Amino acid sequence: MATLELKNLHAEVVEADEKILNGVDLQVDSGEIHALMGPNGSGKSTTAKVIAGHPAYEVTEGEVILTLDDEDVPEDKRSWDLLDLEPNERAALGIFLGFQYPAEIEGVTMVNFLRQALNAKLDEQAELFEDEDEEAEADDEDEDAGYDTSPMEGPADEGEVDVAEFQQILSEKMDLLDMDEEFAHRYLNAGFSGGEKKQNEVLQAAILEPSIAVLDEIDSGLDIDRLQDVSNGINALRDEQGTGVLQITHYQRILDYVEPDHVHVMLDGEIAMSGGAELAEKLEDKGYDWVRDEVYEAA
Amino acid sequence: MSSEQDQLKETNTEERFAFKKDESAAVKSDKGLTEEVVRLISEDKGEPDWMLERRLRALEHWNEMPMPTDWPGQPDLTELDVEEIVPYIRPDVDKREGADSWDDLPEDIQDTFEKLGIPEAERKALSGVGAQYESEVVYQNMQEQWEEKGVVFCNMDEAVREHEDLVKEHFMTSCVPPSDNKFAALHGAVWSGGSFVYVPEDVTVEMPVQAYFRMNSEGMGQFEHTLIIAEEGSEVHYIEGCSAPKYGSHNLHSGGVEVFVGEDAHVQYSTVQNWSKNTFNLNTKRAIVEKGGRMEWVSGSMGSKATMLYPCTILKGRNASANNITIAFAGEGQNIDTGAKVYHNAPHTKSTIESKSISKDGGRTNYRGLVHISEGAEHSSTSVECDALMFDNESTSDTMPYMEIDESKVDVAHEATVGKIGDEDVFYLQSRGLDDDDAKQMIVSGFIEPITEELPIEYAVELNRLIELEMEGSLG
Repeated sequence: MATLELKNLHAEVVEADEKILNGVDLQVDSGEIHALMGPNGSGKSTTAKVIAGHPAYEVTEGEVILTLDDEDVPEDKRSWDLLDLEPNERAALGIFLGFQYPAEIEGVTMVNFLRQALNAKLDEQAELFEDEDEEAEADDEDEDAGYDTSPMEGPADEGEVDVAEFQQILSEKMDLLDMDEEFAHRYLNAGFSGGEKKQNEVLQAAILEPSIAVLDEIDSGLDIDRLQDVSNGINALRDEQGTGVLQITHYQRILDYVEPDHVHVMLDGEIAMSGGAELAEKLEDKGYDWVRDEVYEAA
Repeated sequence: MSSEQDQLKETNTEERFAFKKDESAAVKSDKGLTEEVVRLISEDKGEPDWMLERRLRALEHWNEMPMPTDWPGQPDLTELDVEEIVPYIRPDVDKREGADSWDDLPEDIQDTFEKLGIPEAERKALSGVGAQYESEVVYQNMQEQWEEKGVVFCNMDEAVREHEDLVKEHFMTSCVPPSDNKFAALHGAVWSGGSFVYVPEDVTVEMPVQAYFRMNSEGMGQFEHTLIIAEEGSEVHYIEGCSAPKYGSHNLHSGGVEVFVGEDAHVQYSTVQNWSKNTFNLNTKRAIVEKGGRMEWVSGSMGSKATMLYPCTILKGRNASANNITIAFAGEGQNIDTGAKVYHNAPHTKSTIESKSISKDGGRTNYRGLVHISEGAEHSSTSVECDALMFDNESTSDTMPYMEIDESKVDVAHEATVGKIGDEDVFYLQSRGLDDDDAKQMIVSGFIEPITEELPIEYAVELNRLIELEMEGSLG
């Protein structure tokens, strides 16, 4: 069980000095699906990137708190302010960001990348949850992992997922998403179609098993078949892994397949309105201007 | 993994590349380049007169030719003082032509190679390893099946004695004459050791032929010569690894490689070189390819203060082809100037050049290439692709592609990209759990993948590991 809380979050673009988030409050629990909707430029993607720790944004006010209510986690390690952590540390604690435009990395096969990512996550997690006393010792051990953590395939260190074991995990997850085996040996996102990239983001979430997944317009540019595959994947994240999903989207369309527990409308860097699944339907009919009118009238 | 194992591994990593031995030379020449030094080398090797004469002629060329100084953006060679270099050191090994078995080697030499993982590679039943320690090949192992087919793989000094006619015909005559450039002349005068490979007609050597060179003494020069003759319809892959530890004064490596690719023959020459940061690495490598033959150059240039290296292919016969893949890595204070040269001298010849460079902490990489298509070489095609990856704004990368096209019915393509390691790419990988360093390392590994996929796994791993160490800045 995990909870992600955004409290009065203000953020701006580092280089442009441009304010984008103006006090976002939001709470996502694992096992829930939240839809974050709103017009272009309202701050949806910025919210996602700030949660994951993108260096282009500076948080000027507020907090991003992750609470891990899990008996496997030591009691004094259950609450984290993500803003103090590096992006990979946030990933290790169970935050996953699905990108609208994922990077293409030539020369790195999916299978090598995913195995290394999984091992890096497990490794970092162990470090973060460790007692302070053990930490010094662990640092020594981690000094040089040699070939084993290089992207070249090599034998696994103790506690790491080895090649054969990983192959098994990958096959199962790809099966689940109805993906072609051949996928695993292609270079990470290089030459992938828009749909393949989105499917790949969900596959990565399925493998890394995050407690909270923020999916940034994962539905854009998908045909109906692919939309269904991706939606099935997202539902499986929740149903089988208990992942909490923050689904950023423009359209009602994906919400026909991934039914949200909560819907939030973002306007001008704030959550202007929240409601249940019916809110999304209302937006479909009436557009965002309706929300704007409501909010301004109330104010 | 236990901390003991990790500790062991760490030791290996550091020692593997910084490791050096006390000198135990049997014969060591004076510093500098004089006729006496040249005569001493020749005499110590018991060479025939014609070889001594060639050396002396090369020395004349060396004395006459000016240092290259005015190429645009070329590495600075002013700190290179050949008068301070010891051109010849023969280690104390009982058998001049190289020990027959591993156990016959002096312990300190065994120890060095032990650290470089040579015997380990041997145990893995790689086809054979000739390792050069200083100026001599001290250990060689040839598989019997090759000998039966007439394949020769031996020390170059031995080749002068045992295969005199072949050597006399091919050694620095038509391929790399000493008059070619200043450092080819130097090489011709003081060359020592190296490999000789002869593959008879229609013989395919299935496993790569390997040699490893190690420069171990301070202020020395290493001038190994590699001569590969692949007769009609034959096939061979030769792999060379090189390294040198760090010393206070400058080292000089000036190797010579000559490859003769017969009709429809196929030769691949691969090298991974890692020189200490004060080594001047100035080489001449060239192949002549007959009708339908194919030459492939694969090289990873790491380390060195300055490298100037442009493997050259002369496509002499119809349908001959050449592929070049090079990768260069330049860190602080380093200038790696590398590329390729191809001469299309017959119709329907093909060449591809793929060059990748990485620069970091103010390092400088240059791609310098020349593609020449002669008149009459119709329907020839060439494709040049240079990609540069930079870590920071202090680093430099230049592309200097020269194209001399004297024939109109040809297909010429050139493409160059220069990029900084992308912040978005790094963030993407970080968001998946990789830390900043591992993310960059992964991007670089992917970038050089076209090279690593051409190499046997041991070399690919070593290349990756070297780059990893360079990126951590832990190589001296």
